Amino acid sequence: MNGHLPLYAQVINLLAAMLLLLSFAMLAQRRILSLINLFMAQGMVLFASTVVVAAATGQHHLYWSALLTLVLKVMLLPWILHRLIRRLNVKWDVETLINIPTTMMIGLVLVIFSFNLALPISALAGTITRSTLGVALAAVMLAFLMMITRSKAVPQVIGFLAMENGLFFAATSATYGMPMVVELGIALDVLVGMVILGVFFFQIREQFDSLDIRHLEQLKED
Amino acid sequence: MSSAPALVLQFLELILALLAAPLLTGWVNQCRAWLGNRSAPPLTQFYRQLAKLFEKEVVLADNASSLFRAAPYVIFACMALASMIVPTLSTDLPFAPAADAIALVGIFALARVFAALAGMDIGTSFGTMGARREMLIGFLAEPALLMVFFTASLISHSTSLSTIVETLGQREFAIYPSLAFAGVAFTMVSLAENARIPVDNPTTHLELTMIHEAMILEYSGRHLALIEWAASLKLYAYSCLGLALFFPWGIPETTGPLSMLVALSSLVLKLAIGGFLLALIETLSAKLRIFRAPEFLGTAFMLAVLAMLVHQLLETAT
Repeated sequence: MNGHLPLYAQVINLLAAMLLLLSFAMLAQRRILSLINLFMAQGMVLFASTVVVAAATGQHHLYWSALLTLVLKVMLLPWILHRLIRRLNVKWDVETLINIPTTMMIGLVLVIFSFNLALPISALAGTITRSTLGVALAAVMLAFLMMITRSKAVPQVIGFLAMENGLFFAATSATYGMPMVVELGIALDVLVGMVILGVFFFQIREQFDSLDIRHLEQLKED
Repeated sequence: MSSAPALVLQFLELILALLAAPLLTGWVNQCRAWLGNRSAPPLTQFYRQLAKLFEKEVVLADNASSLFRAAPYVIFACMALASMIVPTLSTDLPFAPAADAIALVGIFALARVFAALAGMDIGTSFGTMGARREMLIGFLAEPALLMVFFTASLISHSTSLSTIVETLGQREFAIYPSLAFAGVAFTMVSLAENARIPVDNPTTHLELTMIHEAMILEYSGRHLALIEWAASLKLYAYSCLGLALFFPWGIPETTGPLSMLVALSSLVLKLAIGGFLLALIETLSAKLRIFRAPEFLGTAFMLAVLAMLVHQLLETAT
């Protein structure tokens, strides 16, 4: 039962559940603006959970990575994304390749799969947050599913960023976070990746007058 | 066997349900009117409507079968039984062993089947359309509702509603993410089951949008009164169920008069807040297209399954 778990572990569990819920919400979301807001909310949850883990374990470097999460994923990246879609003038509803209820059912199967996969791994881990490893894995899987089922470029990039969120959560829950150097490297990677992809969006649109990735499947113009 | 006070309490609970259900409907309607900036009908409007309908004579179609005449009584009986099983004032209910959470879903399903059959009985196109839509909503809402009950059963290791509510009410304070998921799923299911706004509109008579109203178009007089009363009982039963599962504080195990008074006042308070929130949801959301309803209920089902999974992963950790 839950009763004997210490309070911070319960809070982390709650945040993990919220992360999972937000991943599903992103999977089901049709509007691009709401998608960015959901991504921002996911960043907030990630920030909160990192702070709670840091406070519970006394790992001071986690405060830094929490701060990094806050600045990068809650403020900077959503701001860049908002700016991008304003500049690109894309406000259309997101098109999905598979209809949304089916996507959600596939998502459920993925969650069951990753929970099962994580059970033996988390049994080996000695951290207080080990039970959330399954959630982290599920978040990665769901973000991956979102990248697969969306046909437009911007939602795919948001899916990519959400996947990084899931990985970050997995790192904090399994090993209390990565070394600072690695974390800084990843943060910079994500930021630079975002900037490059932003440039890419403009190039894609210039070439095809649309951000639909399916245009990239043809190599030759016909 | 159960004691005499418990039996008395059981009947008190039934009478309370019968009397309070129209009041709850009236309260929701009043809140809706306020939120919509209209002048509100009095709280007792629904009683008057019932009294008016009971006085009127019944007009039956020529080809109405006996099923058509029996259906209102069956539906009303189902809803009355359901509101007797749901623990509102006390968890020590003699009738509670009669049906557990799964059987409760069955009772609701029985009422729905009779409503749908009666809707098709006359053979008008509206009745048939309403019945078909109602069954569509029902078959999507039922698994989600069952999953919500299963989550609560997993936490308390029992499917009996009294035991579930007792366990949840008496537990030490702990955060259950699974119950939060289940709560959202339950809210969505109850909106659909009670024909409230995102899925159906209880006040509409517009042919393209009505679901529940289309089924009962042919009813009049005391039959209609019974069906309306049953609908309000259903809303009451669902509200009490939600309150008992997710906000179980204030439901005592003992049957003393003082604890009853506490339970009654907390129930009234919780129902008033719940009714206001329901009106708020209805005011803030637009009605979904009927083809969007599967998506809405699919989300509810997904949330309920997630609740179960999250419970398995996060809350059973040793």
